[in-house]
Amino acid sequence: MRIELDINGEKRTVEADPRTTLLDCLRDNLGLKGAHAGCEHGVCGACTVLCDGVAVRSCLMFAPQAEGSAITTIEGLTPGPGELSVIQDAFCETHGMQCGYCTPAMIVAAHALLANNPQPTRDEIVEAISGNLCRCTGYAQIVEAISLAAERMRGVNRPREQR
Amino acid sequence: MSAAHHRYVSTDRRVREDRRFVVGKGHFVADIDLPNTKHVALVTCPHAAAHIKAIDKCAALAMPGVHYVLDGAELAGATLPLMTGLDTPNVPRRPLAFETARYSGEWVAAVVADTRALAEDAAEALEIDYEPLPYVLDAEKALERDSPLVHQAHGSNVLLDKTFAWGPVEKDFAAAPRKLKLRVKWGRSSTVPIETFGVVAAWDPWREMLDVYASIQMPRFADQIGIALKVPTTSVRVHYDVDVGGSYGVKRGIKHAILAGYLTRRLGFPVRLIEDRLENMRGGDAHGPERLFDVEVAFDDAGIVKSMKMRALENLGAYAGRSPFQLGKPIGAIVGPYKINSVEYRAIAVVTNKTTQDAVRGFGQAPTNLALERCIDEVANTLGLDPLEVRRRNFIRKDEFPYLIPSGTTYDSGDYHVVVDKVTAQNRYEELKKERDRLRSEGKLAGIGIAACLEPSGGNATFEALLNPAITTSTFMDSCRINVDGMGAITATMHTTSSGQGHETLVGTVIGEVLEVDPDTVRVTRPDSLNSLPSGTPVGSRMAIMLGGAAYHAAQKLKDKLTAIAAHDLGIPLAQAVYDRGTVSDRNLPQSKRSWADLVQIAYRNFHRMPAGMEPGLAVEHIYQVPTGGNLPTPDGRVHMYPCFSFEFHLLLVSIDPDLGQPEIVRYRLGHDCGTQINPKIVRGMTMGGIAHGIGAALYEEFAYSDEGQLVAQTFMDYLLPSSHEVPPVEIVDHETPSPHTVLGQKGTGESGYLGAPAAIANAINDAIRPLGISVNTLPIKIAKLGDLIASALEKVVR
Amino acid sequence: MKAAPFEYSRARDVDEACALLAADDGARVIAGGQTLVPMMVMRLARPTRLIDINRIAALSYIRQETYKDGDAVAIGATTRQCLIERDALVSARLPLLALAMPWIGHTATRARGTIGGSLANADPAAELALIAITLDATLSYREGGKTHEVAARDFFVGPMTTTLPSGACLTGVRIPAWRGRVDVGFHEINARRSDFAFVAAAAQVELGDDGKARRLAIGIGAATDFPIRLDSAEKDLAGTALDDPKVREAVRGALADIEPLHDLHASAEYRRRAAVNLAVRAIADARASAQRKKDAH
Repeated sequence: MRIELDINGEKRTVEADPRTTLLDCLRDNLGLKGAHAGCEHGVCGACTVLCDGVAVRSCLMFAPQAEGSAITTIEGLTPGPGELSVIQDAFCETHGMQCGYCTPAMIVAAHALLANNPQPTRDEIVEAISGNLCRCTGYAQIVEAISLAAERMRGVNRPREQR
Repeated sequence: MSAAHHRYVSTDRRVREDRRFVVGKGHFVADIDLPNTKHVALVTCPHAAAHIKAIDKCAALAMPGVHYVLDGAELAGATLPLMTGLDTPNVPRRPLAFETARYSGEWVAAVVADTRALAEDAAEALEIDYEPLPYVLDAEKALERDSPLVHQAHGSNVLLDKTFAWGPVEKDFAAAPRKLKLRVKWGRSSTVPIETFGVVAAWDPWREMLDVYASIQMPRFADQIGIALKVPTTSVRVHYDVDVGGSYGVKRGIKHAILAGYLTRRLGFPVRLIEDRLENMRGGDAHGPERLFDVEVAFDDAGIVKSMKMRALENLGAYAGRSPFQLGKPIGAIVGPYKINSVEYRAIAVVTNKTTQDAVRGFGQAPTNLALERCIDEVANTLGLDPLEVRRRNFIRKDEFPYLIPSGTTYDSGDYHVVVDKVTAQNRYEELKKERDRLRSEGKLAGIGIAACLEPSGGNATFEALLNPAITTSTFMDSCRINVDGMGAITATMHTTSSGQGHETLVGTVIGEVLEVDPDTVRVTRPDSLNSLPSGTPVGSRMAIMLGGAAYHAAQKLKDKLTAIAAHDLGIPLAQAVYDRGTVSDRNLPQSKRSWADLVQIAYRNFHRMPAGMEPGLAVEHIYQVPTGGNLPTPDGRVHMYPCFSFEFHLLLVSIDPDLGQPEIVRYRLGHDCGTQINPKIVRGMTMGGIAHGIGAALYEEFAYSDEGQLVAQTFMDYLLPSSHEVPPVEIVDHETPSPHTVLGQKGTGESGYLGAPAAIANAINDAIRPLGISVNTLPIKIAKLGDLIASALEKVVR
Repeated sequence: MKAAPFEYSRARDVDEACALLAADDGARVIAGGQTLVPMMVMRLARPTRLIDINRIAALSYIRQETYKDGDAVAIGATTRQCLIERDALVSARLPLLALAMPWIGHTATRARGTIGGSLANADPAAELALIAITLDATLSYREGGKTHEVAARDFFVGPMTTTLPSGACLTGVRIPAWRGRVDVGFHEINARRSDFAFVAAAAQVELGDDGKARRLAIGIGAATDFPIRLDSAEKDLAGTALDDPKVREAVRGALADIEPLHDLHASAEYRRRAAVNLAVRAIADARASAQRKKDAH
């Protein structure tokens, strides 16, 4: 069937079976490889994208269900070629990743958190990423990345506390 | 070279790989789109063991978009079985079951179709006639005389049964005033990366080239593909620039690659096999050790452990590749950080009708540490001594290095007492005990957990020769090539894949350090296997040592060449030339110098100014043998194994809700010594990740099987990976005892945290429940089981 | 893991959804999909047609209604869990529901998951089913052009099994809001914070000025095929000060004859014991909350 989507602010039309998940549609039909498949049953979170600004699991939506919503992927959160957003740069600063597989999803989840909560506590950050599994980092440097990003986005310059 | 003198090493540098990952531009295998690629879905056996009587492909072949259905018989006829580590010709291992399927989930057929979804549709339509067979799941049962045989032709279920005795074990046991026995079980878990294994294989019949893109972490990958497919290895081109989404040992993927390689050669288009999570969990052959330890230690009233007898029984699953060697690697650190005088070690590996294992982070070290550390705690408990004090008394002392252990390995360096001092500084241990007591007074069960472990690093696989005398490998090399181009820009190559360890950053940093140039100006690339020099790949916590070493020596060669060119051109003796940040000058006349650009000019264009006999250009390479390597075992089963030994000391406090059995890690402090840290951000990330893995193995993760041999934990709903909630904040205290064997004093850190966290958590829980007169020595320690154990103990107390 | 093929329709109103359901035995309604999609990709569910009801605006609402002789909060079937979680009316009048919401799945699943989807799916461990049972909710569904109602107590009849007829579509749930001063407690035990619970306990208490329970409701979820009310304990504890030993005794008595579930996560006896402990805690929380409010005055 013909599916009309709004991806990163752009109208995109694809021809796909209704059983195509939004994740597979993004990756296979639209060439957006940033969202990743980790489990395909909604537990690991590696497929996380924003749907109308809210973090959702793209492996748990069939592509036609995304019609009428604004979908934002990691590609849409990247400012431009060779550029990094504040959050992306913060992840680089703290090395909040290793293999990079869960990373786009973590950053999408961070975006969703910080859009609603500019000054999250450590517990709030932990809760916000608790639906995104990482097997490399043990989460510590990810939490620090989000905390650092929040600080920078608030425009506050003060020495970071001892980890 | 001490840390104080480093320009770039040990500084807080960003990891250059991170840039592509944060924007979603990693190059993972599933991102690769070759034109005309077809997709594979697997058909799996539903029985724990069964004869495959017939496979009816008609319905499947008739379905839309289906190109082919491959069965085990066809594949067995066209390929050789997979390589194994032990000499077990009657236990062949193939990508698809041939005649007999031996575990539930084993791959029996492969469907090739235009899309993965169509391949799955057709997979359901395959009609397979099975005749179920008797099966065995438990390792001890598999040892029994009347056990069903997993491989009839092998005659038993035992693939390995070898006993070693190092030192005067019986004498030490006879002389010791005290002994204790313990049975410890490490449950079946694994590293379970978030990305499953995947491979894309494309055969070009005109070039006779098999291109392989895979999410791989495996030595001799190209070799094994060539051997099995019976093509020359010069026809196999593995692309090392594929980003691997986590591996921690398990992504060996050899059966996947042979399967895809065969199909592309047979069918003439690229073939893509990406495991879905069910295929991965049940049949990806990426399970980890499932090991039963019977340990006995002989000790005195001061808690000094004189001797140890350890029997390790491993439940391999239905087939074996390198997995039995996971019983051998721990031999290289069999006494841990302790001065145990003699050891008897019996390694038994049996096959059962469970999923096959592969190499897991630490290669058997973490389970062995669990057994040893539980014993040390029980020694302390028996004597009424403090477990930390008992460890201090048994630790090898700083002035005793290099230290030869009974099994033949020499530990390079360490200062275990100082690391413990740092972790317990400012009365922290006493404060922790007070906190434990306070929690107890509030009605909780609370316990302190300690673990002290070594991380053998450098990856010298001489355990292979110990367990299989036919193997005579005494090297595990790595390599680096550096080329300065005609414009003076530096490119270095590394010859393996990575799965998040930051190897490009490692290479750039080391080369920058030696050449005294900004590491970020050093381009690091990964050629394919045909353009590569040898590499042992990231196993055995070896890359900082081995790739770091190769890069260092290559850079040193380049520096020497540049210096020689300059000296010759300046007309001065070599000893008078001084290299400083890319410029070489006359020590006696500093304004007489040659810049980097000058030297490039000479090397590339002014051959008449080059020293006699020197090659033009500025290309160097180094293939690095593992330090202290080159030995094979003695007839009495002793051999030196890994070159370097990092140390970790875990100290944590666990609080348990007695009604619910729910443990919570309340405090966690870790002392870590991996010698010189080339990149501190990478080191800390590795350790935290290892701790998270360890928490999973200790408390949450298990590949549980039903009595009917069905894997009941086959999705992420039942196989529970720690989320951010389950990993507490950890304070890491660093110490650096450099290794005398490595170029920068660096040791490995790839397994840190994982090696000791399960032992520390098990010890903490035991400390907490000991007042009830109970103990738990089986991992994982799940909430409900702990709750039941506590409840029945409390009932007894009440009565 | 790709779903088996299906046709896709989007219903503009609930009667259209029902008509499509009636026309095809294999058709199923999809709302948030957070439980249906995993089942479909694992091919445990194979609907021939999916009827997407996400766009039926009339099914998404949270509003106050009068009901019998009191108030109720009515929530439409396709209302997203995240909206319920943030809703001021729910917070004010259904504090037990508000307390349970953060325990359901993860932020990302609550962003899509609906209350109707969870209730229709009837997982034994579902928090929403537990709340519906504990608070005597009434579910409404549409079938053949008519709206029917069923009490939550009669709706859940087995694990993943409800009395919802096959051609019917849930339209909403109405939860009575207690008058007077209401205090609540909710506890779960699970392996990881966001996992399916092994056992969950929900308690709602109306304490009088004398500190004695005028009214209370205690529900236990995840321990049995579907959530249950501890009717005998509620009776025994009514009019008492709800001190722990008495609560424990009453709850233990109420749970003595249940047959708890047994699986790889927890034994039956563990569930029985945990149910007792969590119920005691939930009631203690409610009592403590009442005390805090009293002290604040």
